[in-house]
Amino acid sequence: MSLDAATVKHIARLARIGIQDTEVARLQGELNGIIGWIEQLAAVDVEGVPPMVGTEQAALRMRDDVVTDGARPEAVLSNAPGRNGLFYTVPKVVE
Amino acid sequence: MLTDLSIADGLRGLRGKEFSAVELTTAHLDAIAALNPRLNAYLTVTAEAALRGAGAADAALARGEQAPLGGIPLGIKDLFCTEGVRTTAASRMLENFVPPYESTVTRQLLRDGAVFLGKTNLDEFAMGSSNTNSAFGPVENPWHRTGDDAVLVPGGSSGGSAAAVAARIAMGATGTDTGGSIRQPASFCGIAGIKPTYGRCSRWGVVAFASSLDQPGPMARTVEDCAIMLRSMAGYDARDSTSVDRPVPDYAAACGRSLKGVRVGIPREYRADGMPSEIEALWQQGISWLRDAGCEIVDVSLPHTQYGLATYYIVAPAECSSNLARYDGIRYGRRVEAPTLDGLYEASREAGFGAEVKRRILIGTYVLSSGYYDAYYLRAQKVRSLILRDFTEAYRTVDALLTPTAPSAAFALGENMDDPIKMYLNDIFTVPASMAGMPGLSVPAGLDHQGLPLGLQLLGRPFDEETLFALGSAIEQAADFRRLPSVTAGRVR
Amino acid sequence: MSYLLEGRDAPWEVVIGLEVHAQVISQSKLFSGASATYGGEPNTHVSLVDAGFPGMLPVINRECVAQAVRTGLGLNARINLESRFDRKNYFYADLPTGYQISQFAQPIVGSGVIEIELADGSTREIGITRLHLEQDAGKSLHDQHQTQSFIDLNRAGVGLMEIVSEPDMRSPEEAGAYVRKLRTILRYLGTCDGNMEEGSMRADVNVSVRHSGEPFRTRCEIKNVNSVRYVMQAIEAEARRQVQVWEAGGTVDQETRLFDPARGETRSLRSKEDAHDYRYFPDPDLLPLVIDEGWVADLKAGLPELPDAKRSRFVSEYGIPRYDAGVLVAEQATADFYETVAAGGDPRLAANWVTGDLFAALNRTGRTIADSPVSAQAMRELLGLMVDQTINGRIAKDVFEEMVETGEPPAAIVERRGLRQVTDTGAIDAAVEAVLAANADKLAEYRSGKDKLFGFFVGQVMKGMGGKGNPALVNEALRQRLARSP
Ligand SMILES: [Mg+2]
Ligand SMILES: [Zn+2]
Repeated sequence: MSLDAATVKHIARLARIGIQDTEVARLQGELNGIIGWIEQLAAVDVEGVPPMVGTEQAALRMRDDVVTDGARPEAVLSNAPGRNGLFYTVPKVVE
Repeated sequence: MLTDLSIADGLRGLRGKEFSAVELTTAHLDAIAALNPRLNAYLTVTAEAALRGAGAADAALARGEQAPLGGIPLGIKDLFCTEGVRTTAASRMLENFVPPYESTVTRQLLRDGAVFLGKTNLDEFAMGSSNTNSAFGPVENPWHRTGDDAVLVPGGSSGGSAAAVAARIAMGATGTDTGGSIRQPASFCGIAGIKPTYGRCSRWGVVAFASSLDQPGPMARTVEDCAIMLRSMAGYDARDSTSVDRPVPDYAAACGRSLKGVRVGIPREYRADGMPSEIEALWQQGISWLRDAGCEIVDVSLPHTQYGLATYYIVAPAECSSNLARYDGIRYGRRVEAPTLDGLYEASREAGFGAEVKRRILIGTYVLSSGYYDAYYLRAQKVRSLILRDFTEAYRTVDALLTPTAPSAAFALGENMDDPIKMYLNDIFTVPASMAGMPGLSVPAGLDHQGLPLGLQLLGRPFDEETLFALGSAIEQAADFRRLPSVTAGRVR
Repeated sequence: MSYLLEGRDAPWEVVIGLEVHAQVISQSKLFSGASATYGGEPNTHVSLVDAGFPGMLPVINRECVAQAVRTGLGLNARINLESRFDRKNYFYADLPTGYQISQFAQPIVGSGVIEIELADGSTREIGITRLHLEQDAGKSLHDQHQTQSFIDLNRAGVGLMEIVSEPDMRSPEEAGAYVRKLRTILRYLGTCDGNMEEGSMRADVNVSVRHSGEPFRTRCEIKNVNSVRYVMQAIEAEARRQVQVWEAGGTVDQETRLFDPARGETRSLRSKEDAHDYRYFPDPDLLPLVIDEGWVADLKAGLPELPDAKRSRFVSEYGIPRYDAGVLVAEQATADFYETVAAGGDPRLAANWVTGDLFAALNRTGRTIADSPVSAQAMRELLGLMVDQTINGRIAKDVFEEMVETGEPPAAIVERRGLRQVTDTGAIDAAVEAVLAANADKLAEYRSGKDKLFGFFVGQVMKGMGGKGNPALVNEALRQRLARSP
């Protein structure tokens, strides 16, 4: 499989990483190199093999339903690059 | 010199009132001031807090309290969130991020009396094997080739921690290991480092790279020091769902333990094509040291390890593409203003992430995307099961495995940079155990013909770090590794 | 009773499936210890886990899992002892981590079934495909500022159950009945408060149309509809739109749409080129969720009686009509109220009074069963006074009205106002004589064959007795008196 320029742009769009048109060709080359290399896995016989889940050392634990956190908006907002009162702010979204 | 002490000797000296914690910390801070401008091992130095901590440690010692790490100055990889102290992950994205919380591992170290000197450099978001992917510049390896001034990389991603410990500007440091990020830089810098079993140390408060692989661990100049640090770092944490609830043993007690009858496997697949003959020779040396120590050496096969690296470069980017989606310029971190929300995301992430991070996010996004998930991610997780199976099978007949840590000694800044895959090959020996969640210890074992350190790697059963410490301390003793790097506190050659 | 839209050549059938998001009743969030309580100052019910800070990790809330299991049991569904959490990756301002933790490949609850009843009394079974647990997102406020949207993460991370139906519904009425029935079940179970205004229950409505006998055509999903009425209106509007598209020779695109209640129409929410690719994969921060059969059995044993079972029991145990039983079990509180009123008395009388006089009084006073001005206990006492003949039915209505107004116990009202029923035949006979004497003309008409006047006489006697006469005795006395010759 080989990524064309449109796919590179589409992937970057999905990942919300801005890329310049001048970068596309370089990225395309790098990504194709890596994708081509990882395709060696196609040679492995995985018939009937279950995918790995965790590292099989533990099962999920459940916690009790008690309120142990929250009520600290200043911590939550302490690093906000944009805020208004107790809200985070972003450019207006038109729905 | 105080900066030359091991952690174990430092603790003895402090408890014997030979010197104070403030003196010990001051010696390290002075050395940092002298060497860090060159090494760039620390991104942030917390001198005031360190001296306060050292003062508190002296007060505790005066009260007769002997905390497990009371007064020991450490470096903290800048991937551990530290309350009130800037935590960058070596990324422009988090250049000004100050966490309002303390990671579990660092909290436990503080609980046990450790003193934090500062935050150490790393590859951005722990993605790399050379520490050249830091947004704040590369770290210089304190080692140099004999008769050659070329700047060498310290390995990565915990390159700042490894360099700091080797240069004696920290007695020990925390690292994190996703595919080799503790063991490979330890090998490159001539120190010891252990990636514990996945689930042994809490990931809570550690900036995530690949959640199913990331594991914090200690880096120090001796195996015993790693054991002392790990005891404080390890333990069950209810806030990490993948943390395993098992008692934490006294790891240091395992150092020097008899190795009579311990069976050590030599995986034949680790004889990589083109492996330098001196690494092969060192490996053979390690085998004979362990045999001399009473171990039984057994040939084993791990047929799927050859796929470890390719598997890793699917699983880790996939997880990272999702884990790093939170860096969107909204709640914290770098924000580049734009008229639309999507514009803000794209501009912030374009400016905030470096080239390797972007590359991995893009690869990860691709392998998870519609139509490719089964071919890449699902298949990789199946291969991962096979790798785990290989190890489990091997551990039926042996107690541990011995391999080289890395396929080469430290390389020069600028080498291996043209092709990402070439760089990825650095982790060829460390990645398989990461994929299986098994523990691995790198021990400095010798020098190559250029006078650079080389490490041997010991891999063990899940939660059997003790056997690794026992084996590692035997190699350490046999290797009698005393050479110092060319740049160390108080001595620059 | 089929719902069909007229077509040029043949009528159109509408096919409906619903995805209902029901907020789990719990103290804390699905994966964090922050409060799950509705409301509060912005960003105060938020932990650093919810805000997606670096290194923060999810830990599952046992009660949320229990609530999902209870709901699954209440929907007669299969409980999956092993399930998984996946990440659904997309960027949005109120989704702090850039992914929603949900259950994609292995939900905690598999297929089940709900029985709905329609206005004509017929019933239908609607299949449940699955129920899974997932996180709610935060809230974006777009109308607070000219150039900015405001983000409040109080809802972010609250536990939701997404309950997905089969495309089994064929009319707006069926969809409405389904949502109402589902809400009733959730409320009985105590797993979701069903409050659609506060958004704790909302529906994504999948609509397509076809000529009968055809395979399914393309569907559209109408997102986040927040009342039963809007669900029904949205389906009507969307079905009409799709019929128009098809009949004009066009094709319906699979897309997400919004219902605009003011205009009574749906509109496209996002364009196709922006179609999401959610890149689902198992959340590596969480291991598989394995629950134990014994725990499920314990949860099952602790379930309350559910509406269908309760209705059947009311019919068989109390001998009340199926329709009345249905009305009484629609809400747990009403059913409990009814059973208290009926206990040890006349259950049919109780059903009439609860569905009649009580509901009317609640309506009039704007109260609910929970804050009813007349307690179930007081109502039982009132009906007791009727059953033991202390008061008659006419007087009981007056006493009830006074109870609604004053909250005074019925016996006290009866005593204070002297409303005990008169059973003294002497007094009744005297009242009868007085009425006949005063209405000689009417008596003559009666005797000449105008039988209907019997009722008039009864009314006059009761009036003369201040309403307190025992109706049976008054009737009897009149009948006997009139049978005699003057
Ligand atoms: Mg949906
Ligand atoms: Zn959903």
